[in-house]
Amino acid sequence: MSNWQRILAIVAGVAATLGALLVAGAAATHLWLVVFGVAGALSLLRFAVNVRPRVDGLLAGFGGLTLLASLGEVGPSLWLALLATWLFAWLFIDRLAQQLARGETAAPGLGLVVPLAFGLTLLLLWEVAVRGLGVPQVLLPAPSQIYARIISSGPTLWADFQQTFLKAVLAGYLLGCASGFAVAILVDRSQFLRRGLLPIGNFVSALPIIGIAPIMVMWFGFDWPSKAAVIVCITFFPMLVNTVAGLNASGRMERDLMRTYASGYGQTLFKLRLPAAWPFIFNALKINSTLALIGAIVAEFFGTPIVGMGFRISTEAGRLNVDVVWAEVAVAAVAGSATYGLIVLVERAVTFWHPSVRGGRA
Amino acid sequence: MTRAGGNTIPVLIVLAALLVIWYIAATLMNAPWQAALYERAGTTDVPLAQYLADVWGQPKPLLPAPHQIVQEVWDNTVGQALSSKRSFLYHAGITLSATLMGFVLGTVLGLGLAVLILHNEAMNRSLMPWIIASQTVPILAIAPMLVIGLNAIGVTGLFPKALISTYLSFFPVVVGMVKGLRSPDQMQLDLMRTYNASRLEIFTKLRWPASMPYLFASMKVGIAIALIGALVAELTNTAAGGLGVRLLTGSYNGQTITIWGVLLMAATLAAILVLAVGAAEKLVLRNMGQAPA
Repeated sequence: MSNWQRILAIVAGVAATLGALLVAGAAATHLWLVVFGVAGALSLLRFAVNVRPRVDGLLAGFGGLTLLASLGEVGPSLWLALLATWLFAWLFIDRLAQQLARGETAAPGLGLVVPLAFGLTLLLLWEVAVRGLGVPQVLLPAPSQIYARIISSGPTLWADFQQTFLKAVLAGYLLGCASGFAVAILVDRSQFLRRGLLPIGNFVSALPIIGIAPIMVMWFGFDWPSKAAVIVCITFFPMLVNTVAGLNASGRMERDLMRTYASGYGQTLFKLRLPAAWPFIFNALKINSTLALIGAIVAEFFGTPIVGMGFRISTEAGRLNVDVVWAEVAVAAVAGSATYGLIVLVERAVTFWHPSVRGGRA
Repeated sequence: MTRAGGNTIPVLIVLAALLVIWYIAATLMNAPWQAALYERAGTTDVPLAQYLADVWGQPKPLLPAPHQIVQEVWDNTVGQALSSKRSFLYHAGITLSATLMGFVLGTVLGLGLAVLILHNEAMNRSLMPWIIASQTVPILAIAPMLVIGLNAIGVTGLFPKALISTYLSFFPVVVGMVKGLRSPDQMQLDLMRTYNASRLEIFTKLRWPASMPYLFASMKVGIAIALIGALVAELTNTAAGGLGVRLLTGSYNGQTITIWGVLLMAATLAAILVLAVGAAEKLVLRNMGQAPA
């Protein structure tokens, strides 16, 4: 263990012990806090015997459960336990990451444990801090409150999801990406268009296109087509620019080789240039997947039927029902991450030859 | 895109073509309403020049002609006192200050995270996936709500808007800088080691200079989305002003020319900001003796 990890271990163990000592007088009512404290004290034995990282992970998990169980009683012991739990989690992540980096453990799925543990720790800190400190719900609801809201208003959330994601985002995303791709193929055939359109496309990508939302609402009405139109406009240019760049990614030598094979434009396109362009195209698909969701939600601020994620967010924010807003955000985040993850999976299957997929740091 | 001059003529021709298409579209889209107007007035046999002037001169057209938009921007910038609430420049100034504050905060945050990720394996493994996931949270969508929430606890003014810009602009900086700080190859790192350089020296004398092109590329993306963040964050707080507010009021009143005018203004602002970062890039890279990428 490094010096840094030793400091972490000592502070974590001492904090847990102190937390237990503070409530030791009423051990019967604070049973779990005391047990956690004893476990923390025992963890200090690590300087005598070898303790594996997973023990720290178990301690952190146990600390988290203890904290959630004894949230009602606010006092210094709770904060000490929180500190100890956080440090144990940190120690766990640090040691595991070290082992992974050195190649000491190579169990499948362990790479996922690190970010997961980090995320869970953040959630725990959020939950305990918000409820322990009594943060007003208007500012930041606890994760458990958001979860309860997601469960209790499932049908509403589903209707909003359908309206915004399944109709507007999907239609706009597919149309925008497809048209950007098609125009890129056309533009690529002409040297003149490439030189004329590309700088403009690059420039337009940097513009706040989202501002055309009110205009699209005026043109296409309140329902989802206007949102899809906004998304088409937002996603078109990143796709155009990236595809054109990708089509030019194949090297001079490779193209010359295709020429010596007497391959025509179509064959060169499908067998050399498009495959070489895939990484760029997937890059655009990834950028666009987040842009599309944002575009749809923001466009709904400018007028919408009484359903949709953006509509719900703006009206419930006005009523200060912040937990509903966060529930919508959670749904959007899950939908966004799932889409992103799906694209990454497809990318790995399609561009299996690319160095960034085959391993090694890009 | 290696020769800057080589693209000028094609770009100008494409722009001219776009303008022509725009005028044609404006004519076609505004024609039904113009026909209705003529029918009401009982006019028939309008000469072409008069017809075009009418179609391109409607007060609330479906698609304003480009000259109407330019006229609107001109009236609201040069034609207004700088302190007037009608002046686009006044609103652009509010948006600009939020953008810049958010951009600076975001860049500093991004740099800090990049350094952490570079030097700590645990941070690399645990932070990076969440930083990527953070961008799938449509924070822009809840920007207006965050502004309300922060107002409720007394945080007002620029800061809530700047916070949204920060959230958006730190991401490209982290991703770009992690790549940039890792860009020195093994040979260069080995050379530093033979000089017995400390980690700090390796950072300041090798990694940091090597990452400059990446930093500026990220900052160009970052400042563009910082502006978007500030614009959207303004959509709620109508009293405070800003280009986003003008956009919203224009949308509620159906003033299409104003909406397009604000968009042109915002686009100009974005262009100036990106160009400014580009100019800074050229300056810095030249002083460092590197050829601009």
